[in-house]
Amino acid sequence: MDQTLRNHAAALSASLLLLSCGAPEPLGSTAPATPARFDAAQVAHGARLAAVGNCITCHTAPGGKPYAGGYPLHTPFGTVHGTNITPDAETGIGRWSLADFDRAMREGIDPRGRHYYPAFPYDYFTRLTDADIAALYAFVMTREAVRAPEPDNHMLVPRVAVGIWKSKYFHPGRFAPDTSRDARWNRGAYLAESLAHCSACHTPRNKLGAEERDRYMAGGEVGGWHAPALNRESPSPRPWDARKLTIYLWTGLVDDHAITAGPMAPVVRNLAHATRDDVEALASYVAALMQGATGAGPPATPAPPRGEQLTRGAAIYAGACGDCHDRGRAAEGGALRLPLAIALSLPTPANLIHIVRDGIVPLEHEAQPWMPAYKGALTAGQTTDLVVYLRTLSGKPPWSEVEREVKRIEGEAR
Amino acid sequence: MIELDVNGRRHRVEAPGDTPLLYVLRNDLQLNGAKFGCGLGQCGACTVMVDGQAIFSCITPIGAIEGRRVRTVEGLGTVEKPGPMQRAFIEEQAAQCGYCIPGMMMRAQALLEAKPGAGDADVRKALAPHLCRCGTHMRILKAVGRAAKMMGGGK
Amino acid sequence: MSVAFSRRRFLAGGGAIVLGFSLNPRVSAQGARLPGSLERNPMLDSWIGVGGDGTITIFTGKAELGQGIRTALMQVAADQLAVPFERIALVTADTARTPDEGYTAGSNSMKDSGTAILNAAAQARELLVAEAAKRWNVAATSLTARDGAVVAPDGRRLEFREIAPSVPLRSRASAESKRATARNVVGKSIPRVDIPAKVTGGAAYVHDLRLPGMVHARVVRPPQHGAKLTAIDTSAGERMPGVLRVVRDGSYVAVIATQEFQAVRAARAISDTAKWEGRLPPVDVYPHLLGLASQDTVIHDRDGANLGAAAIDAVYRRPYQMHGSIGPSCAVGLLEGGKLTVWSHTQGVYPLRGAIAEMLGMEKESVRVIHMEGAGCYGHNGADDAGADAGLLARAMPGRPVRVQWMREEEHSWEPYGPAMVTRARAALDNGRIAGWEFDVWSNTHSTRPGKAGELGPASLLAKPFPPSAPRPLPQPEGGGDRNAIPLYSIPRAKVTHRFIPEMPLRVSALRALGAYMNVFSIESFMDELAAAARADPVEFRLRHLEDARGTEVIRAAARRFGWSEYARTPGKGRGFAFARYKNLAAYCAIAMEVEVMRESGEIRVGRVAAAVDSGEAVNPDGIRNQIEGGVVQSLSWTMLEEVTWDARRITSRDWGRYPILRFAHVPASIDVDVIDRPGQPFLGTGEAAQGPAAAAFANAVADATGKRIRQIPFDPPRVRAALLENR
Repeated sequence: MDQTLRNHAAALSASLLLLSCGAPEPLGSTAPATPARFDAAQVAHGARLAAVGNCITCHTAPGGKPYAGGYPLHTPFGTVHGTNITPDAETGIGRWSLADFDRAMREGIDPRGRHYYPAFPYDYFTRLTDADIAALYAFVMTREAVRAPEPDNHMLVPRVAVGIWKSKYFHPGRFAPDTSRDARWNRGAYLAESLAHCSACHTPRNKLGAEERDRYMAGGEVGGWHAPALNRESPSPRPWDARKLTIYLWTGLVDDHAITAGPMAPVVRNLAHATRDDVEALASYVAALMQGATGAGPPATPAPPRGEQLTRGAAIYAGACGDCHDRGRAAEGGALRLPLAIALSLPTPANLIHIVRDGIVPLEHEAQPWMPAYKGALTAGQTTDLVVYLRTLSGKPPWSEVEREVKRIEGEAR
Repeated sequence: MIELDVNGRRHRVEAPGDTPLLYVLRNDLQLNGAKFGCGLGQCGACTVMVDGQAIFSCITPIGAIEGRRVRTVEGLGTVEKPGPMQRAFIEEQAAQCGYCIPGMMMRAQALLEAKPGAGDADVRKALAPHLCRCGTHMRILKAVGRAAKMMGGGK
Repeated sequence: MSVAFSRRRFLAGGGAIVLGFSLNPRVSAQGARLPGSLERNPMLDSWIGVGGDGTITIFTGKAELGQGIRTALMQVAADQLAVPFERIALVTADTARTPDEGYTAGSNSMKDSGTAILNAAAQARELLVAEAAKRWNVAATSLTARDGAVVAPDGRRLEFREIAPSVPLRSRASAESKRATARNVVGKSIPRVDIPAKVTGGAAYVHDLRLPGMVHARVVRPPQHGAKLTAIDTSAGERMPGVLRVVRDGSYVAVIATQEFQAVRAARAISDTAKWEGRLPPVDVYPHLLGLASQDTVIHDRDGANLGAAAIDAVYRRPYQMHGSIGPSCAVGLLEGGKLTVWSHTQGVYPLRGAIAEMLGMEKESVRVIHMEGAGCYGHNGADDAGADAGLLARAMPGRPVRVQWMREEEHSWEPYGPAMVTRARAALDNGRIAGWEFDVWSNTHSTRPGKAGELGPASLLAKPFPPSAPRPLPQPEGGGDRNAIPLYSIPRAKVTHRFIPEMPLRVSALRALGAYMNVFSIESFMDELAAAARADPVEFRLRHLEDARGTEVIRAAARRFGWSEYARTPGKGRGFAFARYKNLAAYCAIAMEVEVMRESGEIRVGRVAAAVDSGEAVNPDGIRNQIEGGVVQSLSWTMLEEVTWDARRITSRDWGRYPILRFAHVPASIDVDVIDRPGQPFLGTGEAAQGPAAAAFANAVADATGKRIRQIPFDPPRVRAALLENR
């Protein structure tokens, strides 16, 4: 097991050692729901909310049935699996009452009184209105029931200790609008801070896995990718505005910005099933956060490559990338000119390395642009040279540890 | 002048380093196996093995290939002495127009060399980058399964 | 099972010794019609040549498209001539060497060429036997042909090559033949002779042709057919390394370079400077199509349909779809001494020759078109246009072979598509039977094949362009957009109308099965809708209306193979059935399949597929199976995923990312094909028999699984998901 993981687990366990915690009481069981009890309009509303929440991604195993759980979430404290939230009576939540559901979502406690690991973002869902909770409940209770027992989690921290973590870092409570802002901003803030839980990925976390709220939306890590800063520290070479963000969140592709990739891609896919109004609201909230981001673009003409590594990297670029990326999107078969690609401007090369290796490939039925995968074609050394060269196109200082990152990502893929 | 190692033989090639490997294989080395299907890394018809891994030769510049071992379908055997992968495809009659087949074979060869016990699900997944427009998929899967048995693995 | 081959069959000239060869396309003036393509090419030596080394060379005007026709025709010839399979050589479509059999299309190869070769070979055999009889002064009836020789009862033996010089093969075929009945290789799944080279890197395709001094070309093509060039800067490419010529003629621009990648880069550089002007139809194309003028023909009228108000009514839609050949089109041209040779994967070497000659202002006799294989074409793709490119560019560089390779984006945006179509089905039931039936199909033409220079894409771009010919519907019984629009079922009152739309919003032509894909999809979906209304089992409902015994047999066979009557439905899964006889003339095919529908995503997984096919005498049963399997998968790809897209500026389906087709994750779990062999029966074309039934079986299975009937192709996940969310 990774040393970093052990460090995190040790830190958490040490801080909890001397504290006691009281386990919450289980709720008495109430009658489980049946689909006939739910109004079609409410179910449809719940579906649109679930799209914003991107519930399906964390609650569906790769190749598995929708919402039947089994999706592994790798955290610094071990691996936990998204649960089966289909209405199966034995292995899903078929026996849950609305009260059970509400307590899970708002307080992070299951009907047996056990804590959920905060990989389940109840610290966001706690802000939902009662009506939205009820609509989400109607939605999950009308999914196809799938019998799928939960895989074993491998968490280094016992569930009972989560209570202590929660006492320090979890603040339950409904969303409170900011009356100095307009309705659209408040709608966006509500969605972002509840269902969309953007900051769960886009805010840095401390060693105990809690968000550093004083660095809200200053960038985070998820699944080996970097989630860029969405505040005034945004590294985007071109600034964002609400219009562009709307199109990006709605389609994944806009103007002079890179295509969505990595863990953000399923978010965008799901937002296509949300309402346009809600997507615009999210966009306007994020755009407001980004106020003051400089969007200082790269140097107009990057300096010619000097030194052996940059010369090698430039040669690889010319042979593998330039025929598309030199020409810009307007050209037939052209692709984004890379100085505009945010992956080159991030604090870490991880995203760029993923993209070079795996390309950006649509789902099998999607009609989308396609960047091919170069893993295997380029050795680790060549990938390193290329990534080091590409960084020079951003105008930002060089990354350190590129070679190590390439090897790490290569190793993970095996 | 770039030196390439293809199917165990060394070649010196005049083409500039940013030329995709596919054009060099076909035009400079007169090897027919790797095919131009899209030039975009989307269809797999150009697939060859480099250092044991299956790659798209249409997007890989020869400058990145110098000093590495390239294998094409010609390196798996000949008409007179076909190798196990080739025999399997012939025995299963796993081709209609046949244009996509060498690429499929190289991907399958790379899979079976790395994972001799690969089963049907592994093969389907490994072949995801490959398109076949004639609809020969079922036979291709059977042929790879047969090759796996011939190569001493497979279920 | 494997058969050793010592010969490499490579088509660039060379072949067995041929006695004489006359091209006499005149139709036989008197007497009965000659079988198959003999009618148009009646001289026996057009088809058969006996070599001095014991090889028999067969000439066919048809082309190997990957459908296995080369091997099948050799099997037919081998058995009729009583020659071992290994000694048969086959020369395919070449305007200098083979008969003119039009296009390799319509699943007519076995019917036209197979029948001609069968009869020509049988008659040649009889002539050889007669010659031996003459020499030995015995009765011909006492002699047998065996292993490439004539054998007497006392063991005397004369090899064919010994007697061939004296045999009058340059003679007209008769209408009757004495068929050899022994099936030594016919009826067996002889391994295809072309596969070994294809899996070992042998030169197998026109793409592999390399000629001394050959140069490479790329065309700078408009974003879609019909666009005209308004601005361009060719100097961008002229300066680039290796560029020999930049050709410009009106809107036609091409680059010729020494090395292939040099041509690619130069063409791209020039293309980036080009500005085009053209118009595209509205994105919502169905209302637009239906608003265009149509020429309406009633193609079937049995007492009119006479439907009342209670008739069941359904409208179906199918978008533009592409051939999407996995290898983009390619051709090589060489102009030398006033003679032009074009190597092409066209389906019709003679029509293409005529069109190219017209385009270049040359005599037909000065142009030779030689077929070499391409990737599967599935109809009229870019091959003919690429042949035209090769002709134009060979003329620009006389004395040097010019190779033109299309890029992926060109093939996607420029090839003629399968036309968008709308159908409407209405019917009334009486006591569980169909009492009245009305079917209308709206479609463009399904063929703009050359013939004429106006049908060559490049010719429309020249400064003096060749205008396209006026499109005309292909007549019944074959039909174009109305192919298979008349159901095979027995229906007391029925009316079928073909609404032919001449104006083509996008360039279209023949895509495998032509209108049959959509018409069978519609009719067989509708049959299920009627069966449901009649509360009948879908298979039983079809049998109720079918009087054709061979049709009945394939239906029962497919149902049995699938386990139709024992099927137990599980949640999310469903089964579907469909049947058709291609063109109501060719092969019979019935298909049953199971699907699973994922409600949340709209994704569909295909489980088991069971098919039964009757192709008449099955020359190569495995070849038939291969065609049906392939047809099922291809049809599923069309039906589940495919539609050409465009915006105001250009076709946007430019690569596999924007025009996805089925990949391994979504092909069926299994496909079983039962081939019903009928020795002695006429060959029935099979290459296009599965497309329609597979689409309908799929649609019916989806309806069975979900209770929702979808009538618009493709059934992509967003459409399926939306249909499932709809309240109906």
